[in-house]
Amino acid sequence: MIVTLKINGEERSVSAAGWESLLNVLHDDLGLPGSKAACEQGECGSCSVILGDTLVCSCLVMVGSCEGADVTTVEGIADGDDLHPVQQAMYESAGVQCGFCTPGFVVAAKHLFDHNPTPSAIDITEALSGNICRCTGYGAILRGLVSLADDGERE
Amino acid sequence: MTTTSYRVAGRVGESVLRPDGIPKLTGNFAYISDLVADRMLWGATRRSPHAHARITKLDVAPALAMAGVVAVITQEDVPGNPRFGQVEQDQPVLCDGIARYWGEPVSVVAADDPETARLAAAAIVVEWEPLEPLSDPEVAVETDGKVIRQIRIERGDLSASGTVVVEGTYATATQDQAPLGPEAGLAIPDGSGGVDLYATTQWVHVDHSQIVDCLDVTPDQVRCHPAGIGGAFGAREDISLHIHLCLLAGITGRPVKMVYNRTESFVGHVKRHPSRMEYRHESDENGKLVKVSARVLLDGGAYAHTSEAVVANAAFFVVGPYNCANVEVDAIVVRTNNPPTGAMRGFGVVQTCFAHESQMDKLASAIGIGPLDIRRINALEAGDPLATTGQIIEGSLPTSRVLDALESIPMPEFETTDDPRLLPGGTGRTTEPSSVKRGVGYGLSLKNLAFSEAFDDFAEARVLLTTAGVEVHTAAMEVGQGLVTVCQQIARTVLGIEKVAVVFDDTSKIGSAGSTSASRQTQMTGGAVHAAAAQLLQKILDDHDGDELRDDGVYLTGQLVATIADICTDGPIEQWVQFSHPPTEEVDSKGQGNPHAGFAVAAHRAVVEVDVDLGLVRVVRIDTAQDVGRVLNPDAAIGQIEGGIMQGVGLAVMEEVVVDAGVIKNPTFTDYLLPTFLDAPSIEARFIEEPDHWGPFGAKGIGEPPTISSTPAVVAAIRDAIGKDLTRVPVRPQDIVGL
Repeated sequence: MIVTLKINGEERSVSAAGWESLLNVLHDDLGLPGSKAACEQGECGSCSVILGDTLVCSCLVMVGSCEGADVTTVEGIADGDDLHPVQQAMYESAGVQCGFCTPGFVVAAKHLFDHNPTPSAIDITEALSGNICRCTGYGAILRGLVSLADDGERE
Repeated sequence: MTTTSYRVAGRVGESVLRPDGIPKLTGNFAYISDLVADRMLWGATRRSPHAHARITKLDVAPALAMAGVVAVITQEDVPGNPRFGQVEQDQPVLCDGIARYWGEPVSVVAADDPETARLAAAAIVVEWEPLEPLSDPEVAVETDGKVIRQIRIERGDLSASGTVVVEGTYATATQDQAPLGPEAGLAIPDGSGGVDLYATTQWVHVDHSQIVDCLDVTPDQVRCHPAGIGGAFGAREDISLHIHLCLLAGITGRPVKMVYNRTESFVGHVKRHPSRMEYRHESDENGKLVKVSARVLLDGGAYAHTSEAVVANAAFFVVGPYNCANVEVDAIVVRTNNPPTGAMRGFGVVQTCFAHESQMDKLASAIGIGPLDIRRINALEAGDPLATTGQIIEGSLPTSRVLDALESIPMPEFETTDDPRLLPGGTGRTTEPSSVKRGVGYGLSLKNLAFSEAFDDFAEARVLLTTAGVEVHTAAMEVGQGLVTVCQQIARTVLGIEKVAVVFDDTSKIGSAGSTSASRQTQMTGGAVHAAAAQLLQKILDDHDGDELRDDGVYLTGQLVATIADICTDGPIEQWVQFSHPPTEEVDSKGQGNPHAGFAVAAHRAVVEVDVDLGLVRVVRIDTAQDVGRVLNPDAAIGQIEGGIMQGVGLAVMEEVVVDAGVIKNPTFTDYLLPTFLDAPSIEARFIEEPDHWGPFGAKGIGEPPTISSTPAVVAAIRDAIGKDLTRVPVRPQDIVGL
């Protein structure tokens, strides 16, 4: 089938079997490899995208169910060369090591801050508990995002 | 006139940000699983459904007959050595008629797309005669040909005895490294019989030699390229899909890509050895160790991999960072039909550290002193002999300072809360706050740095000055740990030039950097970069009669005497260095000698809260002090410490590859539990900086110690909370409530 999606603000059509995962279509067919396949069971969050206004694991979404949907992937978070504040915060706090989980964290953190610009540390922890990181132990990611939330408080 | 001091940004000691950070945050960093090539085929693997079985029929014709299938190969298609292995070449490239572990590759397929490749792999006809799997390592000890290596250590007077005796039997389960990026590779044929390989690895040169041997080609025909990789932790130290991809690319004449799914990843890489350990500690009435005896049994799984070195580490660090004059050890690693095991962060020391720390606590409690007291009384320091091999500790080893620093970190308050997110049961809202008990426990560890036992351990680096800046060339694997940043910092600091690019060269362009393992790359590749940069600087200063190099050229007493363009008139100036650490020795028949190049000590204090009714644990906090030699990048070092601790916490309370008669029962992220953000304790770390006798700026490797003693600290804290004698990790709910 031909599926038309609005990805990062741009309309894209792709020929795919309707049962294929949104992740595979993004990664292998649409030239958007930022979303990562790490468990393909919805456990690790490495493939997180925002579908409409909902944070989803794109490995668990059939592309055939996405006709006409708005999809935000990690490639659509920065504004050109300007990093999104969650990206800048994770960069400066050394919240990136191997980076394979990073796209999922960026997308999930953006979704959180879009809905709550001043989350507490435990709010951040809970909101990102669907994203597994094996390198950092989460501390640096938390420090970066807590400091971003503190900046939000001050504004 | 005012003078400003000259300073290059991003030097050693600063928290320099990663050069690959922004591409990773924007989704633009190329991992191997993202690579594509023109006319690329996809590979898939057919695996054994049995832990031990004989093939009675193998027919690839149905797969070959499928539309879109280009090649199907079996062991008969391997042109060179049919077996590989980085220590002992004992594993067939593809099943040799007998499958020796569950998931062993039998055949690989190349097809036009991944779905066709997977269907074709499934269409291969394989009939099996199941054989009894050897799944008990104790039985393997008594079976001919199953002992991979046995180490006997006898030091001091083995008839010595103490007045206080504690004994214990301990066990650790199989742990998976679970790097977020599964195994992936892309092999591209060069049209003249050779191949370029981009595959998940920790050491391109050791892959290269095995591939060349199995393909029966000349070394220059295979080029292994460092490429983007999603973590490692030991999982990539051994070959997985490398030879398969090179064979398929050679046979089809087309690029072939393969990416394991998570379940394949669980069976496709070696894991941490499960262990069984019997210990006896004897001390005087004050707790000073008189004698330690131990028997350590590791399950190596079907093939040797790095088991010989893992069991050596388990044996040599059986006592930990403690003085003891009389030591007797038998350490054995055996072959079974269980999942293959090999390298994982901590490499043999994780297992024995859990046992020796459990014993030290038991001893302290028998004598009636505190856990820090028993460790201080026996602390091994620089200049002391290692309890097992008798090797005198050269360089720094600030064990007492590490313990003092840990103790100085304030203890967190025990705050009662009704927020389920802060209770052991989490948002399952299962825990009654009144059922929660707090406990505190300690762990202290000693780890060797870099390769031991007379291994020819070296790293090559090439440093160039060009008109565009400095280039550092290495074949070392950056797997996420931050070597790329450290190499830049070292080159900047030595040369005084800010613009430094790190170029990861393939095996045809530069010699080996050794493995990204054993906490070694900062010291080894960092050491090579340091030496090459220092020699390059001297050459440039000598040639231009200067006393300082800056971004714009050579200076003499503050005056510019030659510009960078002048220096590079005839092209880039370069220096190539092969760096080795101080030589090490093999041990004698009683395990005595000097097998190690260096050591690091680390201490952990865990605070846990336990739901004593339901057996649930929340690790509230871990504090640590670590002997790091010299910190090159504080934020990156903290990242290693926090990430390493989380893998230690995982082994303590949740991570276990469940194996039944050789079959992995939980090879997915749904069933193999990994610590999430909500499982992460808050961590406070103190660096103890006493420069070591080798390594750039006195730096020590820092990657492994956090994983080693965090596990026993957490278990000790659970024991403190519930008063039970927990002897295996991970600690499960049933171990806590006593079902």
